[in-house]
Amino acid sequence: MESLGMAITGFGIIFLFLGGLGILRLPDVYNRLQAGTKCTTLGAFCTIIGVGIMEPQWFWKTLIIALFILLKNPISNHAIGRASKNIGVPLCDKSVIDKTEVFKK
Amino acid sequence: MIKIISFSIIGFGIIFSILRLIKGPTAPDRVVALDTLSTITTALLVLLGFIFKRYVYLDVALVYALLTFIGAIAVARFLEKGI
Repeated sequence: MESLGMAITGFGIIFLFLGGLGILRLPDVYNRLQAGTKCTTLGAFCTIIGVGIMEPQWFWKTLIIALFILLKNPISNHAIGRASKNIGVPLCDKSVIDKTEVFKK
Repeated sequence: MIKIISFSIIGFGIIFSILRLIKGPTAPDRVVALDTLSTITTALLVLLGFIFKRYVYLDVALVYALLTFIGAIAVARFLEKGI
């Protein structure tokens, strides 16, 4: 049980690092939202559940924290993306198509 | 040894987020970097509570996640409509 929790925690830690790297490297607000939402949701979920598996009497509380992160992270990032689209932050230069032009008519 | 490697990997993620927070061209860039930083910090608090064997750190992580969620929603609403 100890090694299983350690493996899940290590998986989550690598995804947290990849989320930070994507935040630094990607060219645009919307691309950064991808990295900042998906990578850190999976990373934080796996890290916290892994700690709960390594320490079995903490399991239910870590499950509550992980489920709360799983709920709150897409909601807040969706609000930020919607706000940045509405105030007119431009796409990056390499973008091919903007599908939200359809809804402006 | 494995503790040092894990914390240095998380530390590089935090450093990259802080660099984007400093040099981001627009305001939503900074908000996204701050939200990512808050999620990484929540996971780091749970991991620190496991390292130090303190059960109280889980409460701190839960309250921190709640407060940063409310903060991100408030900043997004302020950017969109004003106060």
